[in-house]
Amino acid sequence: MPKTILDELIEAGEYLLPGHTACPGCGSVIALRHVLKALGKDTILVIPASCSSVYQAIYPKVSINVMIYNVAFASAAAVASGISQALERKGFEDVNVVVWGGDGGLIDIGAASVSGAAERNENIFVICYDNEAYMNTGIQRSGSTPPGARTTTTPIGKIVGFKKPMAYIMLMHGVPYVATANVAYPTDLYEKVKKAKSIKGFKFIHIFTPCPPGWRFDDSKTIEVARLAVETGYWILWQAEYRHGRIHFELSPPSRPYLDASKRKPIEEFLKFQGRFSKITEESVKKLREWIEYQWSIAKRFLDMSAQK
Amino acid sequence: MSKSEEHLLLPISHPTKGAGGKTGTWRVFKPVIIEEKCIKCMMCWMYCPDAAIEVSSRQEVPRVNYDYCKGCLICYEVCPVKAIRKEREV
Amino acid sequence: MAIYDVITGNDAAAWGARLSKVEVIAAYPITPQTTIVEKLAEWVEKGELNAKFIAVESEHSAMAAVIGASAAGVRAFTATSSQGLLYMIEMVSWAVGARTPVVMAIVNRALGPPWNIWSEHTDALMTRDTGWIQFWAANNQEVMDSIIQAYRVAEDKKVLLPAMVMLGGFVLSHTAMPVKIHDQNKVDQYLSPYEPPHYVLNPKISEAFAYGNILFPWDYAKVRLSIEKAMRNAVDVIKRAAKEFHEIFGIWHGDLIKEVNTDDAEIVIFALGAVAEQAEATLEVLRRNGIKVGVAKIRVFRPFPKEEIAKIADKASHVIVIDRDISFGWDGILAGEVKATLHEYKVDTPVTTKIMGIGGDDILPEHIEKAVKEVIKK
Repeated sequence: MPKTILDELIEAGEYLLPGHTACPGCGSVIALRHVLKALGKDTILVIPASCSSVYQAIYPKVSINVMIYNVAFASAAAVASGISQALERKGFEDVNVVVWGGDGGLIDIGAASVSGAAERNENIFVICYDNEAYMNTGIQRSGSTPPGARTTTTPIGKIVGFKKPMAYIMLMHGVPYVATANVAYPTDLYEKVKKAKSIKGFKFIHIFTPCPPGWRFDDSKTIEVARLAVETGYWILWQAEYRHGRIHFELSPPSRPYLDASKRKPIEEFLKFQGRFSKITEESVKKLREWIEYQWSIAKRFLDMSAQK
Repeated sequence: MSKSEEHLLLPISHPTKGAGGKTGTWRVFKPVIIEEKCIKCMMCWMYCPDAAIEVSSRQEVPRVNYDYCKGCLICYEVCPVKAIRKEREV
Repeated sequence: MAIYDVITGNDAAAWGARLSKVEVIAAYPITPQTTIVEKLAEWVEKGELNAKFIAVESEHSAMAAVIGASAAGVRAFTATSSQGLLYMIEMVSWAVGARTPVVMAIVNRALGPPWNIWSEHTDALMTRDTGWIQFWAANNQEVMDSIIQAYRVAEDKKVLLPAMVMLGGFVLSHTAMPVKIHDQNKVDQYLSPYEPPHYVLNPKISEAFAYGNILFPWDYAKVRLSIEKAMRNAVDVIKRAAKEFHEIFGIWHGDLIKEVNTDDAEIVIFALGAVAEQAEATLEVLRRNGIKVGVAKIRVFRPFPKEEIAKIADKASHVIVIDRDISFGWDGILAGEVKATLHEYKVDTPVTTKIMGIGGDDILPEHIEKAVKEVIKK
């Protein structure tokens, strides 16, 4: 039997050790498991304040079997820049310096340091697991919370913002590699991290990771909710490389059918499982649909740009 | 730690299985893999947030490590052939 | 060969970093610090200094990057002033818990609003309680030498804490003075390459570990206590570093304090940095007028030289503390520390606070003379 990606995942071993302290059904740790399989042991995770600063467990033990540096909320990409430059100055190559943080740490408070590191094209990965709010502090809205979602600071689901399109923003920096991923598609995630590993310079990967307690759905539904995000067109899977003044953008296989809006499931399918949308208004649903259309319109522009000779 | 190192107590932790204790005690429902039904697709293993389903090759039926399985039942949900049943424990 | 040159305090700071062979520099511009890192960037681009220069997007990131670099095993440097220091302060505190022995030059400047780019000490004194070792340089030679000594102290295996070196904005930073730029071989003899003895973030040479995940209060308290122990160890390490520096380079800036004419002094002036230098310059006139004045130039503010200060004050009949800073609703910041120290050591010499030079107002000899004469009248 030829070796498949599944064999590769099994052979990679586990760097996320059982007995960590993430909530049952946590999407973020599923993603981290596969990210670490792709990265391997020569990895330094730089972790800003986030759920992952807590689910790695308590001193003097830790549940992740790679090097970890816990850092202040807004500082992760800058700390990683320092580590990467120091290793290069010392002549060490092939060490993956990886920021692993949530949407709060990388899309809100730490966005300036992420953008600065991207603009300088630091040889680091910034991997954001997006659970669409400040989950570790108790579900407060972030710049990545979708319109209409109830959080403890939008208790009845008031529309505040529009969910910051961070991956597109990173792509506009002209960095070598940007991708989105989703925890329902772990092999796609694994291959994207492996691809990023082969590229020197700044890499950004934005992973959709549902949060059962924060989004108020049953622990067992994490994968179903994540998959529906793709099937409704809410979350678009793509990867892009910037080479010689051009962006090479492609939709990833699971998202390709949904370029055609008629193939997408209605957004209600995605919303219905989640308590955070249980009292969503028609106005918010309209706003969400508008947001989805807007995301796809950007993707189409990048596809067109990539198709031009 | 010797007396001479008292100025250098570092908050350094070491990778350990079960760092958060036996998280199997969190469980309400227990997933049970029915060997005869299992097609070894590894979906349960792939999606386990706790790395609490173990396999060493694709030829094996995965095993649940009940010391650490938190009972989220993602495995039960993703199994394409319903080869996992859930049993109430508490 | 050593070179004698007439250079600004900022160039002296850059030379201090260069002679210390720093390997990573991360910095963000702010007046009056900027020319330090401009000089370093120039040397890096010309290939005269084998270092990585990271032109970060904020001071917060400057400190974050040098923490990361130091943790990965290199000697790292940054510099800032005023608002920049306050913007980075979260990471300033972080560097202590991270036990990263980085060195930072701070060109002291007043805080806004209103905008003011001139000298004042309140900026650096706001970091008093973070756990950084603080050197206050009185002249440009001392700026350069203190940076070299700061690395020796910070990286000592008994210490492993970050250290900052202060120089007054414009008074030193942009004022040229004669400086002896030391021979590199001699500096190498004084300061060995940095080899982290505690931890290094590099999976190629170290097993996996996690630094800084959550711990319980009882363990946290032990970790913080170990920082206090390191700070206490720093006292002897600073003294030894100053002594050996004197042996190799023939220059004595004092260790924790530099005493000038304190032995027979009836009035002793305590001050920091260039303010102390100004007080020293005023001594001659006062002594000529028959007033027995001495100056204790406080060179190290953390760890605070309590024992030395108590001894000096005990011999005098009056102490004047000149503060180029203020803690609103309290006192001059240095004065408050001196008063607390004298209380602890049961020294009853009266202390007068003189707050001068706020926002860069010149501190002239006549201001110091006036302060001394006021005390005599009492």
